[in-house]
Amino acid sequence: MNPIARNAKDFWTGIIYIVVGGAAIILGRDYGLGTAMKMGSAYFPVILSGLLILIGSLSVIRSFIKPGTPVGTVAWKGLTMIIGATVLFGFIVRGAGMAIALPLLVIISAYASNRFSWKYALALAAGVTVFCILVFQVGLGVPLPIFGSWFGD
Amino acid sequence: MGLIDNIGLGFSVALSAINLLYCLAGVFLGTLIGVLPGLGPTATIAMLLPVTFTLPPVSALIMLSGIYYGSQYGGSTTSILVNVPGEAASVVTALDGYQMALKGRAGVALATAAIGSFFAGTVATVILALFAPPLAEIALKFGPAEFFSLMVLGLLASLVLARGSLLHATGMVVLGLLLGLVGADVNTGTQRYTFGIPQLADGIGFVVVAMGMFGLAEVIRNLENEDDRPTIISKITTLMPTKEDWKRIIGPILRGTAIGSALGILPGSGSILGSFAAYAIEKKVSKNSAEFGKGAIEGVAAPESANNAGAQTSFIPMLTLGIPSNPVMALMIGAMVIQGIQPGPSVITEQPALFWGIIVSMWIGNLFLVILNLPMVGMWVKIVSVPYQYLFPAILVFCGIGVFSLNNTEFDVYLMALFGLVGYIFVKLDCEPAPMLLAFILGPMMEEYMRRALLLSRGDPMIFLQRPISATMLALAALAIIVASLPMFYKKREETFRE
Repeated sequence: MNPIARNAKDFWTGIIYIVVGGAAIILGRDYGLGTAMKMGSAYFPVILSGLLILIGSLSVIRSFIKPGTPVGTVAWKGLTMIIGATVLFGFIVRGAGMAIALPLLVIISAYASNRFSWKYALALAAGVTVFCILVFQVGLGVPLPIFGSWFGD
Repeated sequence: MGLIDNIGLGFSVALSAINLLYCLAGVFLGTLIGVLPGLGPTATIAMLLPVTFTLPPVSALIMLSGIYYGSQYGGSTTSILVNVPGEAASVVTALDGYQMALKGRAGVALATAAIGSFFAGTVATVILALFAPPLAEIALKFGPAEFFSLMVLGLLASLVLARGSLLHATGMVVLGLLLGLVGADVNTGTQRYTFGIPQLADGIGFVVVAMGMFGLAEVIRNLENEDDRPTIISKITTLMPTKEDWKRIIGPILRGTAIGSALGILPGSGSILGSFAAYAIEKKVSKNSAEFGKGAIEGVAAPESANNAGAQTSFIPMLTLGIPSNPVMALMIGAMVIQGIQPGPSVITEQPALFWGIIVSMWIGNLFLVILNLPMVGMWVKIVSVPYQYLFPAILVFCGIGVFSLNNTEFDVYLMALFGLVGYIFVKLDCEPAPMLLAFILGPMMEEYMRRALLLSRGDPMIFLQRPISATMLALAALAIIVASLPMFYKKREETFRE
């Protein structure tokens, strides 16, 4: 009976499509529809959003009719560590510099693995950091500081 | 200019020291990363794309092509040695290749893959050289309506091979098209869906999307089932196939090459369909069909030839029409745009050195592949055995630095993290990311062609059906969707992917 339990994939996919399609229409309401002959900025997006809402609705309807396969295990630890480490990297890379941002990215993300060990994570962090500084900063000239602006110029 | 002159031009471009070097570097890096378990060609190319931005266009595309078939070939090595196919096209190779490896014939399996790939690559390159120019000539006569319909066909055809629900994949295409529209509208200057963020004014970078959805999301997915570790075959004894082996692989290589070349041209297919079809057909026609699945050498030769042939011929729609047939080609188109080349039928006439240089370099690259892979197989085996827990933090670092360096902004890093999250959610919901990436690249072009077509027809949408070529393509697109949604086909598709 409950589509969320019985066919979560169809249900949530449908909801996502409907929400995105709806949001795209609402956000784009001032872009100018124009006419078919002189398409405005909203013309194509509105067609697409309509299609997306239609597809999403079909998916939601299907979730009530047909049972689906379960979503399966979610790698919560992997998900939070990987996304978190990446965002943190973006946040500190300019300020702290590669010498700090890279080892942090390596160690936090490595922590997501079940086989994490401090010994190897630290060794990996050191190796990757040295390699990247040599290749990207020294070699390719990517404008990322080794130590960032937070440590004075 | 005749074909001979063109090929001569191609050689003069491809054999220049700098391009030879980039070709070798591409093949080497591609193989290196492709060999690593869990990294397919799309993620590999996305990761290495920023490196090529500073190169001249010809060198960049030569290097990217090298990365593509290098990583594809590397994926086959992984599927033979570890039974973990790095990408969909080498799934079938794992069936018999891994069994051969278990029987101590890993070296022969690898050599068969290399020989088959080289032969197929050579033939497919010739096909590309022969058929691309006339096709481009036809395409030069296309108007906006034809291009619009062609893109519809390309996108819908990509759905036929998408895993999981067809409905979800269709939604992914529409979603991708919408995402492609983010940024300033080229015609009116209106900022669309930018939320006032200046970094979004030029649109979302395709590398950011690809790295997020194919790099980060893939890493997270791989962390789900870390504990089932396959046995890695690390002993390679003989490489050389025996006389008996040679006899058995000639037929499959020829058939695989033919099937792969033909299917590779189809939009949406790339090399995946070819390798599946070649394996299935070989299983039917071979007199050793009972051995299939237990280490039949034909079961390695046929799909490996097919997937390399398909990898080469999938360049045809990309180079002649500007239509990507798989996510890798979508990234190539993105790279061309960044290099200031407008993809489409005029590339051959306007940039002959680029076009013919790439074609000849493909053949040279295939030669490099054989040279790199067979004598150095011991090194690749060592790389295959690098445990995943040491690998993925390094992948993240390369993605992070790569994305940052695109525009020197941390905004792209955040955006990549967001797409990693979104990509993982979609993986869990059975929504295939590949069609979305194709659509994302095609979105702005499709809108532009639709706008021009409707302007010509004074707003009458019937223009898409009144022009014969356009109508044919739309009919084919409709056919693709019908075929894909037939219950019979649907079941078959599920089976093929489960196998």
